[in-house]
Amino acid sequence: MEDFNLAPLLPEIFLSIIAMGLLLVGAFNGNNATRIVSWAGCSGILITILVLLGIGWHKQTVLNGMFIIDEFSSFTKLLILIGSLGAIALSVRYIIDEGMERFEYPVLILFATIGMMFMVSSNNLLMLYMGLELQSLSLYVLASFHRNSTRSAEAGIKYFILGALSSGLLLFGISLIYGFTGSIDYTVIKHSLFIIDGASIGFTIGLVFLLAGIAFKISAAPFHMWTPDVYEGAPTSVTAFFAMVPKIAAMAVLMRLLFEPFASVADQWVQIIYFLSLFSMIVGAFAALVQEDIKRLLAYSSIGNMGYALIAIVANTPEGAGAVLLYILIYMIMTAGVFGAVLSMRRQGLAVTKINDLAGLSQTKPALAYVMFILMFSMAGIPPMAGFFGKLAVFNAAVAQEFYVLATIGVISSVISAYYYLRVVKAMFFDEPADKFDTSIPFARRVVMFVSIFFVICFVFKPSVFIQSSITAASSLFAG
Amino acid sequence: MEFPLLSIMTFLPLAGVLIILATVRGSGEVADRNAKYVSLYTSLFTFAFGLYMFANFDGNSAEFQFVETSSWLKPFGINYHMGVDGISMFFVLLSVFLTPICIISAWDAIKKRVKEFMIAFLILESFMVGTFCALDAILFYVFFEGVLIPMFLIIGVWGGARRVYSSYKFFLYTLLGSVLMLIGLLVLYAQTGTTDIPELMNTPVSSSLQYWLWLAFFASFAVKMPMWPVHTWLPDAHVEAPTAGSVILAGVLLKMGGYGFLRFSIPMFPEASAYFVDLVFWLSVIAIIYTSLVALVQEDMKKLIAYSSVAHMGFVTLGIFTMTSQGVEGSIFQMLSHGLISGALFLCVGVVYDRLHTRELSRYGGIVSNMPKYATIFMILMLGSVGLPGTSGFVGEFLILLGTFQVDTLVAALSATGVILGAAYMLMLYKRVVFGPRENRDALAMPDLNKRELSLLIPLVALVLWLGVFPSDVMNKISPSVDKLIAEYNEKLEKAGIEPKQANELTFLVDKKDLED
Repeated sequence: MEDFNLAPLLPEIFLSIIAMGLLLVGAFNGNNATRIVSWAGCSGILITILVLLGIGWHKQTVLNGMFIIDEFSSFTKLLILIGSLGAIALSVRYIIDEGMERFEYPVLILFATIGMMFMVSSNNLLMLYMGLELQSLSLYVLASFHRNSTRSAEAGIKYFILGALSSGLLLFGISLIYGFTGSIDYTVIKHSLFIIDGASIGFTIGLVFLLAGIAFKISAAPFHMWTPDVYEGAPTSVTAFFAMVPKIAAMAVLMRLLFEPFASVADQWVQIIYFLSLFSMIVGAFAALVQEDIKRLLAYSSIGNMGYALIAIVANTPEGAGAVLLYILIYMIMTAGVFGAVLSMRRQGLAVTKINDLAGLSQTKPALAYVMFILMFSMAGIPPMAGFFGKLAVFNAAVAQEFYVLATIGVISSVISAYYYLRVVKAMFFDEPADKFDTSIPFARRVVMFVSIFFVICFVFKPSVFIQSSITAASSLFAG
Repeated sequence: MEFPLLSIMTFLPLAGVLIILATVRGSGEVADRNAKYVSLYTSLFTFAFGLYMFANFDGNSAEFQFVETSSWLKPFGINYHMGVDGISMFFVLLSVFLTPICIISAWDAIKKRVKEFMIAFLILESFMVGTFCALDAILFYVFFEGVLIPMFLIIGVWGGARRVYSSYKFFLYTLLGSVLMLIGLLVLYAQTGTTDIPELMNTPVSSSLQYWLWLAFFASFAVKMPMWPVHTWLPDAHVEAPTAGSVILAGVLLKMGGYGFLRFSIPMFPEASAYFVDLVFWLSVIAIIYTSLVALVQEDMKKLIAYSSVAHMGFVTLGIFTMTSQGVEGSIFQMLSHGLISGALFLCVGVVYDRLHTRELSRYGGIVSNMPKYATIFMILMLGSVGLPGTSGFVGEFLILLGTFQVDTLVAALSATGVILGAAYMLMLYKRVVFGPRENRDALAMPDLNKRELSLLIPLVALVLWLGVFPSDVMNKISPSVDKLIAEYNEKLEKAGIEPKQANELTFLVDKKDLED
């Protein structure tokens, strides 16, 4: 049979060692070590990225078919690692300012990252569940990391209860699928679905539960209820991490499941994803209109954005899958920049998060205002910003498969959502200045914002690189 | 590789933006002045390139010229493709001509956040030029929609009292139209496998699809134009925008709609265009008559000119869809002429607004005695807008009516009433502002045009007169492209077995082609 080959697992192994090592460092040095642990975590992630780039990306499975590596998983892992790196870099000063300087913070992000890396590489429903739980448990703790704040605790509890519910749904779905296909291994499931030629009713119910569980994780409507509360209640730096990274992992899991083992029952899941996408776009567009808090607004915006990404999954083509990857890549980078700006909204040492707090920012802090300005237009999908090209790819994939209605509702909801992005711009540029924000923006946060802005503006000049690599990565799902 | 003239014209303003960002620091008078000069020189350089383009443009050819191609969105097979023909060349010229004028007009009028204003204007210029040069549909879309961002800021930051409402309305209205066009573009791409405009023109699209695609594109261009009944954003945007914003809005942005019809709707969906001719005709007629009547009762000078713009754009859509050489050439000419005249009229409004800070008609009156130069210039422009022979306004309207008469006599007769109504409201405007009772002391104390204002208005007035007397200088360069457009349109209709709209047998009397034969 197979060799006992651990080489494809090197990035995960390396990052696990780093994470556990840092936990020990923290345990011996206490909370004073937070800064060191954070930057060491960042360097650990950087080295992991190098290791990931160093190992071969050709398709292979190890651990008796539990763990798969191919271009798709490696590409998404790259995104996850970059996102986590950005999230830690954004957080360091914030957790100190907010008085929650504890060394577990970066370590938990690292563990969540490891969990996500296993999720995207899983070739087995059990492996998927393990990765998901490692990720989720770390995230529950992170959500309630601000122990003295009731809102943070509330966010943690809410996230935990709904997350546990979704895990339950997921497990129930998995057990049904196991019962009706006879395996939890993706390859075997694919094979048996192919043989029985069409899905049995039991399998379909299992599929629905499984998809509902994952829809919770990517916060697609109607499974989105936790998102605004958790985004609002959790410390902003944690919200940034939530918005950027776990969704990539969940989306990747969804794509692998749908395009590999469940490819032959596409007619079953296309309708489900179709309605998830439709609901998400509509909820994301309308519910955000009335929000006053920028974190809640971004929560609804992320629901809407997941809706757009799902459009391309409905298309069920390699181009569509490539469009999803491109979309979440661009979305992650934009979100990093936006949260960089939101984290910098501090007045007299306290974080503020109302949209009105941004009033007149273009006069009091022009640089920050322009960062936010460009990112808001990019989020709204206005060319020539990068956000437009993500939407272009997604709608193109849908139109190519003649999903005209979905694409039209998509563009119309993007016009509606443009309204609330404009509200942020309006507050910053048209309104009279409110009190000034505190001046100091730490270097790391500046770097993250600069990278984000640079990417968003310059994408238009060299788009091919990113589009091509996302299509290549996605094609490996359809290779056979 | 050839000299990339069009790319230089498109991206030179952005280089100006970078220079401003890199060199102009802080705020205060010195910084503001530097920003103004950088943007003025950048736009003048761009205009110089525009003149070079005009001089080197081969007027006998209907082909795209100064063409550039390089790969852009490679995985989708979408290229960066630029080029101009007789139709687009003058729009590019108009854009680069009006931008320096706008920058000078804002010289003293814009007092806060000058640096940002100049940056927004240069970005706007870049996108405008790009829109008219792009020969790839996606590239076109990027520029076309990108224009919204600087214009949103110009209205919202430097606008009047209801600026927030107006800027939102402008942005969301046009965006909604545009995204429908985007879907149309993607459908077209899915069907034909290309987004290259010259290729799309030669790729037949199935009849049933044409109707949907035509409507999707129509949604965008009709809003941009703007056609009745989706014109309501325009009066709001015009009234609240600062003078320079109004000038560029009326002068260039409205023309994007007409240009879109000529570039996309007609050559790509000929059957649908023939099918929807009556719809466009009647919307245009309603626009001409209805908005002229609305203009008659306006008390706000800018609003009056804004409604007159809608009426004039009604003539343009009418002319385009006659698909006769007179009609189409007249439309292009009318767009150019309207760009100059309405731009100049908004400048005239700006002149008195800067002095009295009101646009109410009743606050003026009798200023001919204290502002004779202003009265003269305003008169020429007013008569140009009315369409008096000898001004550019006449040529466009006359050709359009001539073209329309060949196709539909009733529509031509009805739209001709618009000319009369146009004379009514423009003369009324002129009478109440320049003549009228000498009651308002502050209006009578206004000083006449200063040198800066004269330097803005004289070139515009000169062009209006020049184009009125020697229209052939421009027409000769437009005709080959228009003839090609119409020939291909008729050829495609013939292939599909559809008769182009014809009203009567008088055609041979006025069709210069037949006379030549």
